[in-house]
Amino acid sequence: MSDPILSVSDMRVTFPVRQGQRFPWSPPRRLQAVTGVGFDLMPGQVLGIVGESGCGKSTLIRAIAGLGPHDSGSVSLDGEPIDYARRADLQRLRRRMQMIFQDPMASLNPRMTIREIVAEPLVYFCPELNSRQRRQKVIEMLDRVGIAERNMNRFPHEFSGGQCQRIGIARALIARPQILLCDEPVSALDVSIQAQVINLLKELQAEMGLTLIFVAHDLGVVRHISDDILVMYMGGMMELAPAADLVANPRHPYTQALLSAVPVPDPRVKQQPQILTGDLPSPTDLPQGCLFQSRCPKRIDACARTRPDLLNRQGRQVACLLEDEAERA
Amino acid sequence: MTLLSVQNLRIRFRTGDGLVHAVNDVSFDMAEGQKLALVGESGSGKSQIALAIMGLLAKNAEIDGQIRFDERDLLTLPAAQMNALRAAQIALIFQDPMSSLNPYMTIERQLGEVVELHEGASRAEARKRALEVMDAVRIPDARNRLRAYPHEFSGGMRQRIVIAMALICRPRLILADEPTTALDVTVQAQIMALLDEIQRDMGTSVLLITHDLGVVAGFCDDTMVLYGGRVMEAAPTPAIFDAPGHPYTRGLLRAVPRITEGDVTLSAIPGSPPNQTAAPRACPFAPRCVDAIPACHDGLPEFREGRACIRPVEELT
Repeated sequence: MSDPILSVSDMRVTFPVRQGQRFPWSPPRRLQAVTGVGFDLMPGQVLGIVGESGCGKSTLIRAIAGLGPHDSGSVSLDGEPIDYARRADLQRLRRRMQMIFQDPMASLNPRMTIREIVAEPLVYFCPELNSRQRRQKVIEMLDRVGIAERNMNRFPHEFSGGQCQRIGIARALIARPQILLCDEPVSALDVSIQAQVINLLKELQAEMGLTLIFVAHDLGVVRHISDDILVMYMGGMMELAPAADLVANPRHPYTQALLSAVPVPDPRVKQQPQILTGDLPSPTDLPQGCLFQSRCPKRIDACARTRPDLLNRQGRQVACLLEDEAERA
Repeated sequence: MTLLSVQNLRIRFRTGDGLVHAVNDVSFDMAEGQKLALVGESGSGKSQIALAIMGLLAKNAEIDGQIRFDERDLLTLPAAQMNALRAAQIALIFQDPMSSLNPYMTIERQLGEVVELHEGASRAEARKRALEVMDAVRIPDARNRLRAYPHEFSGGMRQRIVIAMALICRPRLILADEPTTALDVTVQAQIMALLDEIQRDMGTSVLLITHDLGVVAGFCDDTMVLYGGRVMEAAPTPAIFDAPGHPYTRGLLRAVPRITEGDVTLSAIPGSPPNQTAAPRACPFAPRCVDAIPACHDGLPEFREGRACIRPVEELT
């Protein structure tokens, strides 16, 4: 087994909230967006991250990419830690790691042509290329994602959402990074177009041996592209498992509720979604124990006292005290 | 009994780029108590149909055809009568619970206003009705939250308030335009279960507009599939899912990623959505259809036996 290409350990992100404070001079409260997330990625692995809005999935990958702040935790690339305050480290990171974003239109500069947009990473990362070589590479890359050469001098607003996302993918991959972070890349697209983009990403991943982190709220989409799935809730990790196992046999009560609520496109399946009651905890005032305790149907007394870490419990990475109970019994 | 009858509805918009043909010759009937789904991707015209029924189309719209509700022609109805009909008989639930509530009004006023306007209820009575309907949509601790403002509620709770507002006058028809699209799946499950229960209790007809085939499968009796502003297929929901008769419906069903199957390649529908600036002369789906034959690009297919496709079902692969 090779060494991990990317290791993330104990990432924590908080944001100051001014709202609701007693006096203007009182210290701001901290909203805890990501509360200790860590994982290792092997070269060529595809990790899906799912969770509902506000669970910190986007904040987490933005922090990994260095596009957002983090309070503590570390990220290592090929075993070497990244210091986000050092320019040289960031350059090294971005050479190897690129990102595609949720809103395909908003992530392309409206005043640049597609050719300029896609060529930009080459100008920065491959200064040895002359303009003819660059142009050739842009044509090849655009062709690979299904954009014709004759459209190269158009502007982003002349393309549809699905095409813009293809252009975003071309820009991310032209300088041959090894890791691609995808933040909800298909959630703004229609079903028929969404399938095109997922298939394209899957093909490119296999061709280029990319390591992928794929963040989405749609479990069906994540299931389709990922080797492993990480389930997040209120900034914490609930469960991490191979995609097929997680879907077939969810172990964490939150994963179970989430899966039961996914609508099945088959009218003969009479679904019994597990309706969660109870309120979400406030992210500025997280409970001491398990993050899911206020809505968990299987809560025991210990859940209010101890916050379970994501540990290997009976062969699966689950952050739930019930697994320990089951082991003891 | 037919409650709503839409006949040959056409909606066009005058825009800077010319006339956009949003809805082309759409016809359907809805019976009392029926749950009908309008399914389509963005630009298929599904929301515009709902807005046309409510008489809320944008100013640059040109509309023809007929919309009859309970024997009255809604398109020629005087404004005063249309106002009396809205909320009292036909209610609309919008997609975005954030922007369909007035941020300056308490929940009590927002809900109460509807009954005061339509039924001439007093303040005290309006308050009572608001409380009842908030209980019906299961907003916890309703009595103490009457005075709260929309921003004090979560997205799911706000969508419940919007549903409460639609229900307060016990309308006969609810138009739900993507009611759960802005919500998380666990909340979506709660809202759909609530809508289903209310529909059964009150016998209301529901027109559900959505792009999510999963939601349709769990909720609606009948399904109508739209593409490029035209009806592609209309049938009872189980038939649509078991034996889709139109290549577009089939393509759409195959393109949905399902959690039960992982490593198969999704069958995407090639191409891009249609340009609707010209009046349709042929099947709008023909340029993307894998089963298209030359005749498909020549002349509009007639809508027969629940589908608008010139190729017989047996011939389609």
